[in-house]
Amino acid sequence: MSSVSETTIKMTINGQDVTAPKSYTILQAARLIGLDIPHLCYHPELAREGNCRVCLVEVEGARSLVASCVYPVGEGMKVHTNSPSVMETRKTVVELMLANHPRDCLFCVKNQHCELQQIAADLGIRKVRFQGEKREAKKDESNPSIVRDPEKCILCTRCVRACSERQGLDIFSSVNRGFKSIVEPAFGLGLDEVACSYCGQCTTVCPTAALTEKDDTQLVWDAISDPDKFVVVQTAPSVRIGLGEEFGLKSGSIVTGKMVAALRRLGFDRVFDTDFAADQTIMEEAHELLHRIKTGGVLPMATSCSPGWINFVETMHPEFIPHLSTAKSPQGMFGATVKTYFAERAAIDPAKIVSVSVMPCTAKKWEAKRPQLCDSGFRDVDIVITTREFARMIKQVGLDFMNLPEEDFDSPMGISTGAAQIFGATGGVMEAALRTAYEKYTGKELENLDFIAVRGLDGIKEASVDMGGGVVIKVAVAHTLRNAEKLVQKTLAGEADYHFFEVMACPGGCLGGGGQPYPTDREIRQARIDAIYDADAHMKYRKSHENPAIIELYDTWMGQPLGERAHHLLHTHFTPWGERLK
Amino acid sequence: MEKLARAHVLCCGGTGCSSSGSKEIIPAFKEKLAARGMSDEVKVVETGCHGLCELGPLVIVYPEGVFYTKVKVSDVDEIVETHLIKGRVIERLLFREPATLASVPDYDDIAFYKKQHRYALVNCGHINPESMEEYIGAEGYEGLAKALSMTPEDVIAEVKKSGLRGRGGGGFPTGNKWQFTRNAAGDKKYVICNADEGDPGAFMDRSVLEGDPHRVLEGMIICGYAVGADEGYIYCRAEYPLAIRRLQGAIKQAMDAGLLGENILGSGFSFTIHIKEGAGAFVCGEETALIASIEGRRGMPRPRPPFPANSGLWGKPSNINNVETFANIPSIMRDGGDYFASQGTETSKGTKVFALTGKINNTGLAEVPMGITMREIIYDIGGGIPNGKKFKAVQIGGPSGGCLPEQLLDLAIDYESLTKAGAMMGSGGLVVMDETTCMVDVARYFLNFTQDESCGKCTPCREGTKRMLEILNRICDGKGTEEDIPLLESLAKSIKAGSLCALGQTAPNPVLSTLNFFRNEYEAHIRDHKCPAGVCTAFLGYTITDNCRGCGLCKKACPVEAISGEVKAKHVIDPEKCIKCGACQAKCPFKAIDKG
Repeated sequence: MSSVSETTIKMTINGQDVTAPKSYTILQAARLIGLDIPHLCYHPELAREGNCRVCLVEVEGARSLVASCVYPVGEGMKVHTNSPSVMETRKTVVELMLANHPRDCLFCVKNQHCELQQIAADLGIRKVRFQGEKREAKKDESNPSIVRDPEKCILCTRCVRACSERQGLDIFSSVNRGFKSIVEPAFGLGLDEVACSYCGQCTTVCPTAALTEKDDTQLVWDAISDPDKFVVVQTAPSVRIGLGEEFGLKSGSIVTGKMVAALRRLGFDRVFDTDFAADQTIMEEAHELLHRIKTGGVLPMATSCSPGWINFVETMHPEFIPHLSTAKSPQGMFGATVKTYFAERAAIDPAKIVSVSVMPCTAKKWEAKRPQLCDSGFRDVDIVITTREFARMIKQVGLDFMNLPEEDFDSPMGISTGAAQIFGATGGVMEAALRTAYEKYTGKELENLDFIAVRGLDGIKEASVDMGGGVVIKVAVAHTLRNAEKLVQKTLAGEADYHFFEVMACPGGCLGGGGQPYPTDREIRQARIDAIYDADAHMKYRKSHENPAIIELYDTWMGQPLGERAHHLLHTHFTPWGERLK
Repeated sequence: MEKLARAHVLCCGGTGCSSSGSKEIIPAFKEKLAARGMSDEVKVVETGCHGLCELGPLVIVYPEGVFYTKVKVSDVDEIVETHLIKGRVIERLLFREPATLASVPDYDDIAFYKKQHRYALVNCGHINPESMEEYIGAEGYEGLAKALSMTPEDVIAEVKKSGLRGRGGGGFPTGNKWQFTRNAAGDKKYVICNADEGDPGAFMDRSVLEGDPHRVLEGMIICGYAVGADEGYIYCRAEYPLAIRRLQGAIKQAMDAGLLGENILGSGFSFTIHIKEGAGAFVCGEETALIASIEGRRGMPRPRPPFPANSGLWGKPSNINNVETFANIPSIMRDGGDYFASQGTETSKGTKVFALTGKINNTGLAEVPMGITMREIIYDIGGGIPNGKKFKAVQIGGPSGGCLPEQLLDLAIDYESLTKAGAMMGSGGLVVMDETTCMVDVARYFLNFTQDESCGKCTPCREGTKRMLEILNRICDGKGTEEDIPLLESLAKSIKAGSLCALGQTAPNPVLSTLNFFRNEYEAHIRDHKCPAGVCTAFLGYTITDNCRGCGLCKKACPVEAISGEVKAKHVIDPEKCIKCGACQAKCPFKAIDKG
């Protein structure tokens, strides 16, 4: 919203007087009077292109209709948003999109989540008057994370903008002309052949099913129905924060208990929590940081739990690899621990365990397939589904999610802390690590657990922590790869005096991940963040090293953090993209 | 000091004449003259385009001003021996008026030139475009000198007074555009010359660039001074290599002479010009797409506002005009805006260059005062329709324009009258069509062009023109239905109203204007399954008449073995097999094959 001091203009929309800030577009001004002009290519967080022409309106005196999403308001402007000419043209525009779109809505993965479908329904389009050629293009299923179906693309270029503006990767661009125009990676290559981070932000902004997560739900059903398999599931910190939105709850509703109940009813043999592994990650990462500081290791050290970020480093900045913490992500640690520690404790043949994870993330699907993640002697994580796929499974079996009881995770890998809870928010891993690093380094109890400076949605946040004895740890936090790039450049130029920084590839952190429910915008992310910190504040344990299950794990089985077993199971290495391709 | 010559042989070195052989003629003249020891007394000059490109290579011999057409290397000897030595005009090489076939020796008496008023093209064909001295000798850079002695505001006032409007298509008042850029806040501003001439059949900008490059530079420098810019870009399509080479040469000459660069003519004003070669996308003629292309991005338009005058190249205020617009500026400055404004109509002042192509005798460039009628251009200047055929329509304004019928031949041409008639000035392409042209097929041709060249960014243009094209294809293929015409009209309306840039907003014009003036042809295709002009092959059939002597040539010519018959007996065509290529008809020595 505008500040009070901003100059305003007076205009009319459909004859109604509107006073709007001078910087507004017509689309924004219309919202002031409760009028949401239909739109498709417009996205509140992306540059405005005005290319789909759905939001056309009539401005008196203008030569043609104008796109309200880009057209600035003006003093005395008279706008008509539903004149006959506007209505006819808008309908024709959507009809033209439909004429070049597969009409498989009933069995499309975006059925009922598709913005094109919604607009066609809203505008009351009952038939398409145009028959003719349709775009024919092959689906790109080259990678484990994202499916690109160019036949469903309406060329709104939201993905182009999201990838460029959020991630700075520019994987997509418009090519060819006229009817042959298409949005695709360079030279029409598969996403596995370009520097895609698999973050999936494109899938969160795509209005149709042109870009979606790879659906792995059938693999989960197959595992569950196999009597020879013991299927365990882990759920990432952000899943419980986003899942409720799929069932009509407002953003920021945490549904941990119902989520656990739903997983049990779907047929999983054990329902565990990635939060447990997040505490493990903190144990390892905090100790690694202290070790690097004490022994003069490579600094700054950067977190390594966001697979989009890892992919980015391996493809774009392999020279940065020594800065990455060797600690596996929580998903990776969980996978290695469940097929060893848990299997041993529960006396289950690890060969029979199918390890499923529910993640807010499309890149996690890729991470699970990394050759490095086999330290249990098996594939540590077998199947990864996103929050969206998980919601689809719940709907498939007709579970009345809202009326499910609240249930608890199974132990031991279901016990966690507030430190793990905040992993979902940008700055959360940093804060969790600082809580542990401080106490481990100083041996003193932290008075205030809240590191406010690393919270919130600023692109890059910086803070320093006085460890006593003249030692000050300087840290930074970045979310989105565009911001990460700045920290990398600063580091490689030798200008970063940080000891430690956290990077999350997605805006807001994992809670804004590429596998989270639609839609995601800044307000929704903020609501999820608020919920996370609120939950943390109410947790019994708020520091990873105080998690009793973690203490038991290390005391009875894992040994010391960074110790031999931990080194083998919980740490990994990274490979420059060039080598990975070989 | 070069010796004064007694005679000048002007050889056109424009793209048209070069491709028809003038490249060889120039050295042939030089060689011949040297052999006869006349190198000092007769000067051979390679000039820019004279406009009558179809009759090239053109050679004009001064001081008489004798105009020779279709000159070949083998004619060079005769021109030197007979004309230059003996002083006799060579009748067989003279231009002939298409209507009377009378030969016209004197350049100035040729009807094609008589009705023209060459203002922007004044030097084209008359000076050596590679010589800055010749340009200066033809009063070049006087306009710049005068402008630099005035205030920028006064320069803009003069341009406003001239009434000059953008010659690239939009017709926006040039002085106002300059004023916007001048008024825009910012220290860094740009001047951009749009030389991305892309309309099929239009080549006036190329002619100016090739024939008089300094004129364009001078116009840009004056503009830079007026709007407060110190840097200019010429966005020229790479398909114009000669224009680019001439511009590069001219820029270097002007830099060396202090007419470009720091402190021009001691005025304290500095200005540089760069050339950016475009890769030939039609849409890059749209100013925001052009700017994107200069910046190194894909040439796609963006919504306006902001207009380039406020936020253009690299976000800086930028003034964009096309070549012909800039070419008018030096003379306007030199002669004053009033002189320019004394020609033309109430709303459209000065002259406009038109490119005459199609079914017309004198194909080429003609610069005429605004307000002239289409009839004067086509019949008086263009020499009418060849082969005694009947005029049917003239397509004006390129792919964004419209087709005007015979009843509008006496329309006085200006921006408003053309738009009102459903066409547009565009860049001034005129494609003349005779009775053998199918108007549905014409509309289809232009739609095919705009669909191909649509940048693909906005839905109505990308998808809508495709659907229009498919409907037109259907009609031409004999599969049209009664619903197709209203569907075309509905689509056209939405595409015009809803497209992002002028390419889409004008793309339906050829369809709308043909529907307006030649609706009966559409109906004939749909209802009667006939193409009245006999163009659309779906409705065609070839039959062999009783004139057939059974020679068998048609049978041999047929690529699909559709013709059968015994020697010396009448042959027949199997309509099922016939692909309507017309090869049989072309081969038949007895005119025994009818098309219909």
